[in-house]
Amino acid sequence: MAKKLMKGCEAVAEAAIQAGCRFFFGYPITPQNDIPEYMSARLPKVGGCFLQAESEVAAINMVYGASGSGARVMTSSSSPGVSLKMEGISYLAAAELPCVIVNMMRGGPGLGSIQASQGDYFQTTKGGGHGDYHVIALAPSSVQEAIDLMQDAFDLADVYRTPVMMLADGIIGQMMEPVEFHPAESKRVLPEKTWAAKGWDAASGRPRAIINSLYIETEELQELNDRLQARYDAIKANETRCELYNCDNAEIILTAYGTISRICKSAIALAAQEGIKVGLVRPITIWPFPTQEVHDVICAPNVKAALNVEVSAGQMLEDVRLAVNGEKTVEFLGRPGSFVPTAEDILNRIKEMRRA
Amino acid sequence: MAKFTIIINEDRCKGCGLCSRACPQHIVALSKTKLNAKGYRPAEIMDIEACVGCAACARTCPDAVITIEKNA
Amino acid sequence: MATIFKKTPVLTDTIMHYCPGCGHGIVHRLVAEVIDELGIADRAIGVVPVGCAVFGYKYFNIDVMEAAHGRAPAVATGIKRVHPDSIVFTYQGDGDLASIGAAEIVHAAHRGEKITTIFINNAIYGMTGGQMAPTTLVGQKTTTSPYGRDKDHCGSPIRVAEMLATINGAAYIERTAVNSTANIIKTKRAIKNAFAAQMERKGFSLVEVLSNCPTNWGMSAVESMEWLEQNMIPYYPLGVKKEV
Repeated sequence: MAKKLMKGCEAVAEAAIQAGCRFFFGYPITPQNDIPEYMSARLPKVGGCFLQAESEVAAINMVYGASGSGARVMTSSSSPGVSLKMEGISYLAAAELPCVIVNMMRGGPGLGSIQASQGDYFQTTKGGGHGDYHVIALAPSSVQEAIDLMQDAFDLADVYRTPVMMLADGIIGQMMEPVEFHPAESKRVLPEKTWAAKGWDAASGRPRAIINSLYIETEELQELNDRLQARYDAIKANETRCELYNCDNAEIILTAYGTISRICKSAIALAAQEGIKVGLVRPITIWPFPTQEVHDVICAPNVKAALNVEVSAGQMLEDVRLAVNGEKTVEFLGRPGSFVPTAEDILNRIKEMRRA
Repeated sequence: MAKFTIIINEDRCKGCGLCSRACPQHIVALSKTKLNAKGYRPAEIMDIEACVGCAACARTCPDAVITIEKNA
Repeated sequence: MATIFKKTPVLTDTIMHYCPGCGHGIVHRLVAEVIDELGIADRAIGVVPVGCAVFGYKYFNIDVMEAAHGRAPAVATGIKRVHPDSIVFTYQGDGDLASIGAAEIVHAAHRGEKITTIFINNAIYGMTGGQMAPTTLVGQKTTTSPYGRDKDHCGSPIRVAEMLATINGAAYIERTAVNSTANIIKTKRAIKNAFAAQMERKGFSLVEVLSNCPTNWGMSAVESMEWLEQNMIPYYPLGVKKEV
């Protein structure tokens, strides 16, 4: 299939439809409005349904209803809107309902800015909503990768009966890149949704569908939590993904995710021109976090130190430091808000680190 | 023989007395002698001969305790 | 021998957790009877709220979803859009619907969402221990209005049925009560009309049922029905508010 130039938000929406998503419930917020706009035009033409909800809160609960009914369903938003969805995401996780949520991050806290940021890492990976739950969180670094991850985002949701979040930033959402779509093809065996509510025929033999997150008895709630934690362990064991770039014999290792990782790659090229060998570990799943890979790369004997680069006050930094567990120094380059570092900023920091 | 049979599932009854309030014949009352497993005084029919089969007691009951049959 | 009355199989055999004399049990039974009589049990999907009716999934013998507080109309919207031929209803109390879920119910009505809402108005928060609701009457004492509701401090009670009747997407809106046999029969008829409006795809339908809360009102079940008659019905007039 020929490549075409496409805006990130629209590409994400198209990829979702090609992955079988037929229901979308959302609420406008910049910089992700092209997703609901695209869905509103395309979904009715493929037998699906787009609905603009009265709020992000309502949208995520419509997702709950549609997912509980057995549909492939998605919502999207940007940081302040995702905060509003957090109640529903906790309920979705507890009710073991699959869905995909796209967050095109903008600057925060509060209303923040509409420029790109990475301030929602904690919210995405450490829960966000209440209770002991996780969502699988995929962090694409290009429009093409966002497309390529979307089929598996829906499949992961169905296989593990969990919400999956795509955590991108406003740059990926708003920039145009040449992309290509591959025929949708599931690489996984998808379980039948026997648990879904669709109207109960007592003679059918299936038990009554009860989509619920209330377990008032301590023992029953424990059972749910044990089931969820076992599932999270399986996800950690089977679904952790990261890219290792230029890591062999590197003396400095960068860690970064999303768009910023591409700026890191530019810095690595600049460093190479000056004879400095720098590598990059780029988590593709930020939950589960590639703890082992980050540890093994940074703690290799030839590595002097690591530098974590983020557009935040240092959020993924904590997971990197936990992975390294004090064995090496992990420094930080980044600012909260929407200031994106340049390749030169990163190179200068690398040089400082070498001098130290 | 009475025209109607009223079956009260005593273990489900919570002794709220709404059936007694609803009965136009004033023949339903809470037991003065019995307690059910949950500790409530279940409803009892005092005079089944006076029952007119209106089912007001059953329609009012919040716990679907009452079954009413018309005798042949 | 002919059966004049027995429990419908659309209610499970589980003993309901409601306090003695609580109107929730009456309305649960009426909803179940209507589903049974309309022959729609195999395509009915219920959405239960947060509040006293939170365990509704144990009692309705159909597919049921439990929603977050106030969000039942949004959940029902998601269900109905996926299964347009199903019959979807929400069952909500006054804290759930008229307070935290005010936006969701208004917009479900505004979209003309083809769902039915059974709204229990007992002028108080039951499950959380008798706090003031948007529907609490002026002067009524609750655990968060210990001196009686003061309208200058926190407003006058909301008349939900009248408010929703102003919305174009609403097809059938009625207010009933469960204080007497006659009103219980009328409530059942209203619920049937509301489901019929959905089945005919006319739009959103809602039945507001004035009910009691003996425990949190601090009176017996029988006294609570008298209180409902004397205090609630004068402020919340019964009747059909909208029918298209």
